[in-house]
Amino acid sequence: MRLDHIYRLGLKELNSLWADKVLLILICWAFSGAIYTAATGASQELRNAPVAVVDEDQSPLSRRIVGAFYPPYFRQPAQTSLAELDKGMDSGRYNFTIVIPAKFQHDVQAGRVPDVQINIDATIMSQAFIGATYIKSIALGEVNEYLTGTRDSSASPITLTTRVRFNPNLIGVWFGGVMEVINNVTMLTIILVGAAFIREREHGTIEHLLVMPLTPAEIMLAKIWANGLAVLLGVSFALLVMVQKVLAVPIAGSVPLFLAAAACYLFAAASIGIFLGTLARSMPQFGLLVILSIIPLLLLSGGVSPRESMPTLIQNIMLAAPTTYFVRLAQGILYRGAGLDVVWRDLLAMIGVGACFFNVALFRFRKAVTQTQV
Amino acid sequence: MDRPPVARLSAVSLHYGAVVALDAVDVVLPAGCMVGLIGPDGVGKSSLLALVAGARQIQQGRVEVLGGDIGERRFRASVQPRIAYMPQGLGKNLYPTLSVFENVDFFGRLFGQGRRERQQRIAELLASTGLEAFRERPAAKLSGGMKQKLGLCCALIHDPDLLILDEPTTGVDPLSRRQFWELIDTIRARRPGMSVLVATAYMEEAERFDWLVAMDGGKVIGAGTPAELRAQTGQKTLDAAFIQLLPEERRQAHHELVIPPRIGDGGEYAIEADGLAQRFGDFTAVDHVSFKIERGEIFGFLGSNGCGKTTTMKMLTGLLPPSEGTARLFGKAVDAGDLETRKQVGYMSQSFSLYGELTVLANLDLHARLFHLPATRRGPRIAELMQRFGLEEYADKAAAELPLGIRQRLSLAVAVVHEPKLLILDEPTSGVDPVARDQFWALLVELSRQQGVTIFISTHFMNEAERCDRISLMHAGKVLASGTPAGLCAKRGEATLEAAFISYLEEATGVSAAARPTAEATPDLPSVTPSTANAGNGPPSPFSLRRLLGYAYREALELRRDPIRLAFALLGSVLLMFVLGFGISLDVEGLRFATLDRDQSPESRAYIQNIAGSRYFIEQPPIVDDADLDRRMMSGELALAVDIPAHFGRDLRRGHWPEVGVWIDGAMPYRGETVRGYVQGLHLAYVQQVVREATGVEATYPVNLVSRYRYNQDFKSIYAMVPAVIPILLIFIPAILMALGVVREKELGSITNLYVTPVTRLEFLLGKQLPYIAVALISFVLLVFQSQLMFHVPIKGSLLALSFGAVLYVVTTTGFGLLISTFTSTQIAALFGTAILTILPTVSFSGLTTPVGALEGISYWIGQCFPASYFLIISRGTFTKALGFADLIPQFIALAAFIPVLTLLSVALLRKQEK
Repeated sequence: MRLDHIYRLGLKELNSLWADKVLLILICWAFSGAIYTAATGASQELRNAPVAVVDEDQSPLSRRIVGAFYPPYFRQPAQTSLAELDKGMDSGRYNFTIVIPAKFQHDVQAGRVPDVQINIDATIMSQAFIGATYIKSIALGEVNEYLTGTRDSSASPITLTTRVRFNPNLIGVWFGGVMEVINNVTMLTIILVGAAFIREREHGTIEHLLVMPLTPAEIMLAKIWANGLAVLLGVSFALLVMVQKVLAVPIAGSVPLFLAAAACYLFAAASIGIFLGTLARSMPQFGLLVILSIIPLLLLSGGVSPRESMPTLIQNIMLAAPTTYFVRLAQGILYRGAGLDVVWRDLLAMIGVGACFFNVALFRFRKAVTQTQV
Repeated sequence: MDRPPVARLSAVSLHYGAVVALDAVDVVLPAGCMVGLIGPDGVGKSSLLALVAGARQIQQGRVEVLGGDIGERRFRASVQPRIAYMPQGLGKNLYPTLSVFENVDFFGRLFGQGRRERQQRIAELLASTGLEAFRERPAAKLSGGMKQKLGLCCALIHDPDLLILDEPTTGVDPLSRRQFWELIDTIRARRPGMSVLVATAYMEEAERFDWLVAMDGGKVIGAGTPAELRAQTGQKTLDAAFIQLLPEERRQAHHELVIPPRIGDGGEYAIEADGLAQRFGDFTAVDHVSFKIERGEIFGFLGSNGCGKTTTMKMLTGLLPPSEGTARLFGKAVDAGDLETRKQVGYMSQSFSLYGELTVLANLDLHARLFHLPATRRGPRIAELMQRFGLEEYADKAAAELPLGIRQRLSLAVAVVHEPKLLILDEPTSGVDPVARDQFWALLVELSRQQGVTIFISTHFMNEAERCDRISLMHAGKVLASGTPAGLCAKRGEATLEAAFISYLEEATGVSAAARPTAEATPDLPSVTPSTANAGNGPPSPFSLRRLLGYAYREALELRRDPIRLAFALLGSVLLMFVLGFGISLDVEGLRFATLDRDQSPESRAYIQNIAGSRYFIEQPPIVDDADLDRRMMSGELALAVDIPAHFGRDLRRGHWPEVGVWIDGAMPYRGETVRGYVQGLHLAYVQQVVREATGVEATYPVNLVSRYRYNQDFKSIYAMVPAVIPILLIFIPAILMALGVVREKELGSITNLYVTPVTRLEFLLGKQLPYIAVALISFVLLVFQSQLMFHVPIKGSLLALSFGAVLYVVTTTGFGLLISTFTSTQIAALFGTAILTILPTVSFSGLTTPVGALEGISYWIGQCFPASYFLIISRGTFTKALGFADLIPQFIALAAFIPVLTLLSVALLRKQEK
């Protein structure tokens, strides 16, 4: 193994990447526009939820409750009737409906504790529970204020002070933006390195390298460092400019520590890319393989929904993927400000898994290059 | 020639971007004879043929074929059944996974032939071409010669009046080549009216044609019978006549190649191969090949495409470990791990493996460095090579932009940059014009004779083989004979090397000249009801179910034989359903929490127990101190930390309102929000209990808020997820496969069959769509089974309504894929383009998280105009909302309305001719 070979081949790799404008545009988009749209676009926060109200009371109190729902959390409530209510919910026109019975205000004042029915479309998982909680607290607040002048109800013998750490106001952008950076590292590294490998194989240049005094490990490492560098530059830009400046999201921990961890992860992800490249015979096949492997990597590694809510079997299988460790340690560093003393175990595990993939890819490398009959 | 010409081109020009392929060509091609187009690669022969065949759109000028203007759509449709076109490239318009019979059968269907007619014609064609024995063999596993015969069968199935063959014999072994021309002669004898238009790079073949058109640089530089051309230039051979016809400046670069005799230095071998064999599965590519090459020798490997030349060379370079036998270079066994031997070898592979994006200089420099040329040697060596190989003026050009001939020289320069003692060159001259080829050989001769470099070269050109010191004739993985070119001729008593090779081939394959499958084998070839195909002679019907089904049948066969696409089609959706169903869980449970209990009183333990007893939280070992709390929250171990102050119990008893602090991990906002909701609920329940125990009074609110979680009473994520994932997967995977299905044909070249046969765009599109609709429906059934058996999500509404919706939906989604395929040109673009165009609107705008009604502006309209929005309502409605057929009629109508719109758009955007 000679370092000057790895260096020289890596420079060539950067040259090829520079010439491939499509991939360059993909990298630029993935670390700028894509971060922005992902952070600000689809969120799991309650926003503009469509609500309908059946107000059979039409009293000042009932109108007061209806008037308490307004954007950004809810749309202006639509007035509907009991007969139309089911249809509206069946067709998905309303996610929440509130039924205020006749003589509601009268009953409240008489202390008769009337029922208010809240129907929740529970197929919209991301909004149902939170929305219901909000509706309850808004309705209760209005009634209390109407009765006592304060929104709080009875005094409690124990005070509960809830403090949310790492994202005190639970802003979705904080999570979405950073998570998109982490996900795009996985996606781009695998696509870039795998595509570079397949492209060289289709052009026959990789055979050419193998008849020179070079070893497969040198060729692979050159691809990894060069494409990894490109991705790392993109990540740095995404974090320092897009996340911190454009989206104004604070980063809790040390960015250099994260970038160092990302560099280790790039090695692992790139090895997976080469490994997939050795399985596919052509670029289209590689594309299909990438889709089938990236989606599970992204969704099951804890980056989208928490690991603990997955079946144990899946949690265990995903321990064999470096992405799981990377997502965990990246969340630790970026959201929670964890230092090396906290994340070192994940870091070691990630490097270990990466080394396994590298060796498997290395084992398949020569065979994949020469045995394939196109 | 008193007949009207078969084709007349006037002022025809054709550009590909900035490249001029045809430059104001005026030529008249006589009918009823063999017309040959001669000239090297890239001079415009193929473009001209494609224009005549109607496969390519005319940009400038007028092309008349068979008495009409081929640029006119209606005339083209009516004349296409009279033309047959075989594009360049071995088996380019064939389908590699289909068998011989299936290929010919498909073409029969395209020309609207009935089953019996097809059977009869195919039997006769296969008999006359000697392909009968290989009826069931996939086209990919045929030799080059057999592929071309199969191509001919496909072209002749409809008795054309004009047969257009684009380099039909390039890369084919000489025996097959001779058989091919004999076959053409036989067919012409039976159908004397048929005109044949052939392009070729082999001058020796051109001798036998009736009339020739010589082309160079997009222009016609000469036309006439072979004898006329020779007489006109005063040359003895066509090769020389062609060079004479070239413009002055091109000709000047040419010198007669003289090869000085080799002075053998005796005995020492550069290469020794002994019983080399290579097997790929059950296919033997190289079958026990042995030879010895002396130092300084130019040794040639002569054989057709796919005969094992490349594989043998790869074994010698160490790229491919041999299955059997040994190879030695300079007396040392070839070892893949041996880096030292590699420094003595230069290798140039078939594809001129250069880095296209690097400049000429950078390519040389990179290779010099990788071969460890010391810094002081590097500069002078590169300069020397640039000068000697005539590369100086191109130094800063990217290799990809160079003309083929220059690229080839650069490739050789790269191969010799480290001054190897042995050069292995794999078909280095294919596609290069004769002048450049001779220049290239001059360089080889110099390397061999002056520097004593051993050269091992493979070729399928006879005249190149004649320049070698010794050659081996190779066929089907075996060496038939080795020796000097003259020696081989003498041994066989033949005048030319080609004849000698044929004689060896006949001996090896057991085909003697007498038993050649020609006329006598099929005495009734012409009686193949020559009338039917051209019977009406009117234009073919505008719509034919047979052609449509022909495409559908063929597509289904291809899909069935492609394991990766088939697996993606059937298992992809099941795998992704599994991943999405379990992966995107919005259930927040199994949350780890721990307490920092500074009180350790019965009250504090009761408070903790209240949380630990809930099904959402799992208690972890207690927190020791504040630092421990920080660390464990930072590592993500704890989603919730509860801090109970000292004297909590005492204060509670005394009514001093103790304060409990909870820390929630807000890194994931959705989870944090839910945890907060849980904690507040649990806290309230505990407080109410305390109040009740203390006072005996139930604490109440002024109103009773009753929440009803509808459609999903257990509020389990999976019940919401599964009905939403099915629409995503049924658009994502069918659309990708569909788009690939069409773009594949564009990339592999078989789209030509759409251009030149009577099949219409609508038949083509619908025919290709049918199999994918079927596959998507199978995957729908699998997904429904999976939802029942793996996820246990019941279908509360009408299964019939769901299935009916699914049928409409997959017709729409495959139609969407078709639409994308009309404007993408590579498979990889189709793949990722479709992925993005389907996933983004489905996830964001079709009501997955936010109902379409809640969207605003452009998002709303995208949602309204996207089929997934409607099927999502159908899927959710039937799974969770217990809806029936009647409830979903508006959605069915909306989905059905997409179908004609998408199909008509695709038809309008798809081209019936190449642009």
